[in-house]
Amino acid sequence: MRNYSIRMAQRESMSPLRAAGLRVLALVLALMTGGLFIRLIGFPPLTIYAGMLRGVFGTAISVRETIKLAAPLCVTALGLAVAFRMRYWNIGGEGQMCVGAIAATYFALYHQNLFGAVWPRWLLLVVMALAAIIAGALWGLIPAWFNARHGTNETLFTLMLNYVAMYIIQYLREGPWKNPRDMGYPKIAMFPIDAQLPKVLGVHAGWIIALALVVIVSLYIRYTKQGFELAVVGANPNTARYAGMPVRRVILRTAAISAALCALAGMIKASGADRTLTDGVAGGIGFTAITVSWLANLSPPAIAVVAFLFGVLEKGAGYVQSTYRISASAAGVLQGVILFFVLGSEFFTRYRIIIGRESAYGEHSA
Amino acid sequence: MKTGITATANGLHSESVRPFLDVTPVLELKRLTKTFGSLTACDAIDAELYPGEILTLLGENGSGKTTLMNMITGLYRPDSGAIFVNGKREDIRTPNDARRLGVGMIHQHFKLVEPFTAQENIILGLPRQRGQSSSMVRADVRALSERYGLDVELDRRVSDMSVSQKQTVEILKVLYRGANILILDEPTAVLTPQEADRLFDILRRMREGGAAIIMITHKLNEVMALSDRVAILRQGRHVATVRKDQTTPEALTEFMVGQKISLNIERPKTARKPLLTVNNLTVRDADGSLRLSDASFSLESGEILGVAGVAGSGQKQLCEAIAGLTAGSGEILLHGRNIAGQSPRRIYDQGVRLGFIPEDRLGMGLVGSMNVVDNLLLRDYRLQRGPFLRRSGAMKRAADLVDRLSIIPPEPLRPVGRLSGGNLQKVLLGRELMSKPELLVTSYVVRGLDVHSSYVIYDLLNEQKRAGVGALFVGEDLDVLLELCDRIMVLCGGRVSGIVEAKDATREMIGLMMTGVSR
Repeated sequence: MRNYSIRMAQRESMSPLRAAGLRVLALVLALMTGGLFIRLIGFPPLTIYAGMLRGVFGTAISVRETIKLAAPLCVTALGLAVAFRMRYWNIGGEGQMCVGAIAATYFALYHQNLFGAVWPRWLLLVVMALAAIIAGALWGLIPAWFNARHGTNETLFTLMLNYVAMYIIQYLREGPWKNPRDMGYPKIAMFPIDAQLPKVLGVHAGWIIALALVVIVSLYIRYTKQGFELAVVGANPNTARYAGMPVRRVILRTAAISAALCALAGMIKASGADRTLTDGVAGGIGFTAITVSWLANLSPPAIAVVAFLFGVLEKGAGYVQSTYRISASAAGVLQGVILFFVLGSEFFTRYRIIIGRESAYGEHSA
Repeated sequence: MKTGITATANGLHSESVRPFLDVTPVLELKRLTKTFGSLTACDAIDAELYPGEILTLLGENGSGKTTLMNMITGLYRPDSGAIFVNGKREDIRTPNDARRLGVGMIHQHFKLVEPFTAQENIILGLPRQRGQSSSMVRADVRALSERYGLDVELDRRVSDMSVSQKQTVEILKVLYRGANILILDEPTAVLTPQEADRLFDILRRMREGGAAIIMITHKLNEVMALSDRVAILRQGRHVATVRKDQTTPEALTEFMVGQKISLNIERPKTARKPLLTVNNLTVRDADGSLRLSDASFSLESGEILGVAGVAGSGQKQLCEAIAGLTAGSGEILLHGRNIAGQSPRRIYDQGVRLGFIPEDRLGMGLVGSMNVVDNLLLRDYRLQRGPFLRRSGAMKRAADLVDRLSIIPPEPLRPVGRLSGGNLQKVLLGRELMSKPELLVTSYVVRGLDVHSSYVIYDLLNEQKRAGVGALFVGEDLDVLLELCDRIMVLCGGRVSGIVEAKDATREMIGLMMTGVSR
């Protein structure tokens, strides 16, 4: 019909209450669509959803497992958010996690007693974390230097470095760091107990680090000069130059901090959850963190919440997969459906759709 | 108030002045309305355009001129209201619909393919009719250009043409596509006075040929020189349409602004001291082409030195070299100390107080997504001690600035990108003046600003001048340059063609110098 039209218009702003209502609506629609899908593949939707909830909140252990999934995701997303605030598209979270895990493993397996004495556990863990941070920062400086100096595209550069880092782990596993006690099977040895993050309330201490970082990163981006500088450089490099900011230095510094945080997440994952180094240490977290970061609108407290919700989705899908023998790909589709609706609702908080008949002359259509 | 004005400045609406009662208007707008979110850009606007007339559309920024034209040319759809072309109601959905109805728009930024010749541009995208040879096309184009006195070399590449020649090609292109309603958006912004006069001759000839023309402009002298009728918009409303011969610039301004303002610019006398000397300043582009060549001049404190020239004559490079944003060779001596080639930070750290208003305010100078407070912090956040950023001082200064320069809306926490051009400029200028500069470099400081804001800014500049600041004023409106500045330096193609005392200079003289005639 030529007389009907659909248009989009930007919203000035939306009240928090309405926005919350919209998101709840999105969730309901997602569950309904997902339910339809579950029904289509021959399972009872309500049972499956109940199963997901039980899988996440059913026991203290399942809650802990969920937090365990969320912690590294949260730290990585925080790291990416720092770079994204400068409009520096760090897609290299995966690789930076790998590099951090490698550096931490070096001390965990081969240097836990440098200078003759055996280090106390806290010192070893601090050294591992510092090694991850430094290695990550240096790794992150490579694409940043080329970007600041020669204007190369950081998106491609950081993306490619992911594979480099992952294959370095494979090389270490097959070669120098292969565990001789695994009888020819290429594996890296388990960390000694002193190199494993201690448990706090039943979950490895990574979640405490994550929460502390939420506060620190919040303060950094909002209340420090450096946070101000990176926001200005991101929004408008010309104005940054005009204001006398050292633009190149800000790019290098921010990219290094971003990568260092991702690397720390790699150390947390290896030392807290895996207790060894595998090439799956990042396991897609570096990519999922991009979604988490944007879904949270680059705000650190929101990142913590969104990361936890992602943990819930992951854990719930995993549970129904093993309990009800739903195939892994179907569980993946369910996750996708929920994400689709939630992400879609963000669009409607920013735009409104006007569907209407062409207005007759002299009268308002709205 | 002068006789013949049919509406009062405060009246919402006037009875429109129909010049030809028995003629059908070629274009008639009825209660056109367009809203963006909570903003009503055009509020039930009525207007008519008759064949053989030039209607100027006058209004401050944000008064709805561009939105209105975009509805006529099919870029926006009206929320309500109707457009009649030749008495028939038309639904203009796309720019193609507009073209089909004979509406042609000449944008400020030309839509020409640079490596193509004029003729190729003119016929670009049109279907070739059966049996139509290129010599026939050529004859058609030539006939058109002769009819209106459009002097175009059809085989010349557009990239080799001057701005004014490109504009002529653009007009010819629109005419060849059968436009009889021509809309020009600030057509003289890029022209020298002589070129503008030539354009006006062309437009007058087109009017005689029966074309209907709408011209958008800010410049009152152009309104008075060219138009038959003037339609004035204010805050999205059509406040009045008056006949040119029955009005005055003062009355038009009053309609536009809603209050009486004086159109006189002061030129106060001040005490002078040497401040800035520039010797043989030469600036090249990244690709090595010469942008500013061997510029030498001096500027005293308490003086406003105007810089005139066609857009792109080296003004930008001159300003950016002084502000430390572009490297050049030569000397820039401020109080005898050479600051050439130093970064803005080095210049600042040496205690040189330099204020710079760049021409592209959101492209450089301000961050659109940040609020007034953070934009004020840009200049002096580094002076704070320690790693943390304290906003309380800037918060106070922002409130003060918003209050003193009556920035609207008065919300220091609003992202500045959402402010109108005039208010944006007040934020930028206000920040630079807060740092108490001794040298102020301003580039097109009133570009895109409405009459009222412009005069506020001239007053601010004069206030600085009285306080002993030396100002470099790069401008485009020659009348303003002649009234406001003490001396005027004219640039042409990156060279200084001369520096004249403003009180002895004339528009014609400056116009000639803009084309490279030196004195």
